[in-house]
Amino acid sequence: MEKKPIVEILEERKNSIYFNIKDSKEGLKCEKDSLAGSVSQRACVYCGARVVLNPITDAVHIVHGPIGCASYTWDIRGSLTSGHEVYRNSFSTDLGEQDVIFGGEKKLAAAVDEIVLDMSPKAVFVYSTCIVGVIGDDVDAVCKEAERKYCIPVIPVKSSGFAGNKAMGYKAACWALMKLMDFSAGNFAPHLKGEGAPVNINFLGDFNLAGEIWIITDYLKKIGISIRAKVTGDSRVEEIMGAPQASLNIVQCAGSMIYLAKEMEGKYGIPFIKVSFFGVEDTALSLMRIAEAFEDIEVINRTKELIFIEKLKIRSQLAKYRKRLNGKKAAVYVGGGFKAISLIRQFRDLGMQTVMVGTQTGRADEYEIIRSIADEGTVILDDTNPVELEKYISEKGADILVGGVKERPLAYKLGIAFCDHNHERKHPLCGFEGAVNFAKEIDLTINSPVWRVALK
Amino acid sequence: MLEHTPKEYVERSALTINPAKTCQPVGAMYAALGIHRCLPHSHGSHGCCAYHRKLLTRNFRDPVMASTSSFTEGAAVFGGGSNLKTAIKNVFSIYDPDIIAIHTTCLSETIGDDIPSSIMSSQIPEGKIVIHANTPSYQGSHITGFSNMVKGMVKYLSVNSKVPNGKLNIIPGFVNPGDMREIKRMMKALEVPFTMFPDTSNVLDAPMIGKFEMYPKGGTKAQDLIDAGNSKATVALGCFASGEGAYEMEKKCKVPARVLKTPIGIKATDDYLMTVSKLTGMAVPEELDEERGQLVDIMVDCHYHYHGKKAAIFGDPDFCIALTEFVISLGMIPKYVLTGTPGDAFEREIKTMQADTGSDCKAKALGDLFTLHQWMKEKPVDLLIGGTHGKYLARAEDVPFVRMGFPILDRSVHSYLPVVGYKGAMRIIEMISNALLDRQDRDAADEDLELIM
Repeated sequence: MEKKPIVEILEERKNSIYFNIKDSKEGLKCEKDSLAGSVSQRACVYCGARVVLNPITDAVHIVHGPIGCASYTWDIRGSLTSGHEVYRNSFSTDLGEQDVIFGGEKKLAAAVDEIVLDMSPKAVFVYSTCIVGVIGDDVDAVCKEAERKYCIPVIPVKSSGFAGNKAMGYKAACWALMKLMDFSAGNFAPHLKGEGAPVNINFLGDFNLAGEIWIITDYLKKIGISIRAKVTGDSRVEEIMGAPQASLNIVQCAGSMIYLAKEMEGKYGIPFIKVSFFGVEDTALSLMRIAEAFEDIEVINRTKELIFIEKLKIRSQLAKYRKRLNGKKAAVYVGGGFKAISLIRQFRDLGMQTVMVGTQTGRADEYEIIRSIADEGTVILDDTNPVELEKYISEKGADILVGGVKERPLAYKLGIAFCDHNHERKHPLCGFEGAVNFAKEIDLTINSPVWRVALK
Repeated sequence: MLEHTPKEYVERSALTINPAKTCQPVGAMYAALGIHRCLPHSHGSHGCCAYHRKLLTRNFRDPVMASTSSFTEGAAVFGGGSNLKTAIKNVFSIYDPDIIAIHTTCLSETIGDDIPSSIMSSQIPEGKIVIHANTPSYQGSHITGFSNMVKGMVKYLSVNSKVPNGKLNIIPGFVNPGDMREIKRMMKALEVPFTMFPDTSNVLDAPMIGKFEMYPKGGTKAQDLIDAGNSKATVALGCFASGEGAYEMEKKCKVPARVLKTPIGIKATDDYLMTVSKLTGMAVPEELDEERGQLVDIMVDCHYHYHGKKAAIFGDPDFCIALTEFVISLGMIPKYVLTGTPGDAFEREIKTMQADTGSDCKAKALGDLFTLHQWMKEKPVDLLIGGTHGKYLARAEDVPFVRMGFPILDRSVHSYLPVVGYKGAMRIIEMISNALLDRQDRDAADEDLELIM
């Protein structure tokens, strides 16, 4: 691939930015640590673990460390619950100087005592932050002792921030989830390999932002498939403990859940398939893929029927938005690869072109797919920074940026529209109705009269 | 969400539930953003920097730029010195700030990184500046971090070169850009030459100009920070956030320090203007006199809206102290005043003020919102004042809620408009009255719904 000389871009960053050329064999540099001194949009191990586990609604999440880590993650996830709300509180050991000098184990043990006696949670997750990794608290031992004392799972999450990036935190969360499943080993008969068609499934990698998991659960119910465990959107401790009983895992956010899917495949013999419920095409494709796994003609027929009906329901609405959005250009900067892939397709479906696409923690195989579906000349970048974002948004003339909290004001300052496809999304964006919500939201921001007032 | 809160207050020794503070580095980052063309640098893991930028972005709704040392396992074991040196080199070469303001994190503090020696051995381009502040997250709060960074500015930059500049130094404290604008407006009205630091106006409330500016035009210039050592006096607003900086200036440059309350409310604003007037010999101009008169007029017009109402106030210490003084002057009863920031001075100060009112008041430093909620359940209040997280308590107890302080994540425009000065006091009265009257309207039976209130 020809690398264009890029002014103002650091030598070390050049391999993380490409201008898409279809037939090139060369890969994008990704899954690497950020450069020291970068204004990275990335987060840390703790952040990764925390966002994955946070939606477990009836668990208490204790952050073991100084106050910051707990305070920054207090109820920011936007994951909705249908029942318990204890997860929306912020619990911390708020380590002080004395604890750092003499160790924080005693304080942690006392904190677990206080919370269990006060709130009798179903389980406790204890997150180790940076400092705990350095002062050497034996968090495992404290958890084990508490588990013995209270007979509930008290699970250590090894999430010291420096031990890698957010993706490493996803792994830490997956190990914690495996531990939770182990806790119930013996209570449930796990599914055995080769037992035939699946009976029920786990849904991995949806966090029920704006109630999205409820939409998908409803589709699945209509085609006759029930969900054993939701991991982790609107989930409960007991449900996750029962996850080994399922016979199929569907994985949406592969970035965060692929480890768990693989682990569960190895340990419990549960196969997995990747899905995405963002956009009409990906939703239809994913539903069919799930139905086919069941090898039941009735399920397949019901699925076809559902897709037909749902598509029909939204056809005229989408057509309306297509007219208003046709020819607009989009830039995408999101956390993981699967969402970027779906967004490219979704924009194309709306008659829009994706001119820039990047992720914080996309994996090599996902970048391959991105390159194969993105247009010639689309800028593709990994772990970028505001300077690069500004450069390519302006050069490529994007009309809208899709991103997360830190990207929003950047887009606005550039005088272009913005859509939050992260924790702050306000409407469900998945499934068929989500595709309409998405189009509506894009239209709302791109065609807002504010851009006529704003300078360009 | 708060259905678990028991009514009876239970003493906790180890667990913090729903904090009323966050950690030092974010305060240091906010202070550093108030230096012109400065890039704050977080010496720690990615996550710290990302979280701080996110919190500030959510509060100010403007881009927040900062770089990170991107710690890895290696850095945690062998020290972050080499990461810092690489970072300094990279930051100057790609982002080209005039000044880098480094703050530490719990991680780099615990492994014991020696920041000054890393700075000394770094390549710093001609004319560029690197300063630092130690901000261990396991001490104090974001207010301590703000204070430490302000102190760092003085330590590194301010010099008394024996050429008096006739100016006043103003340290505004951890307040919004809108407040900083108001403090500057008052100084201009007094025709007093001054240097205010830090100054985040035009950085975090910068106008839309159709392009992204890595360094918007606001912020205190490094040159002015250097020259601040030649000023006549330093007026520090808020002892928790600004006191240390002013005392450091006094110690290092022999510029006398005057530490006042954050000028929230009529008395604190009077004190501020009178102090400036006395220090400079400039009379308070008619413009400000007139505003004061308007404020008094409003206080008279509205006093029956809130007189005798019981309030719970939480947030940062300087804000709580000044606001408590103001609500007392409005005839309200500050029943509970709580901050997450540690400091005995806080409790003393609140107790002294409330002693004059003759009503009982609970004051707590290093408290959390779980405690405040328990108090509110035990004995209810009529109004809650604090940052966004108070909405959970307000909902659980069905109490009118005024959003003020930091952070405010679910409403906008607050960062553009002041709560300080006479103008700010008018705004506070408007917010408090409206909250109480809206509640009265909501709860009124049809026959009791009043047109004129």
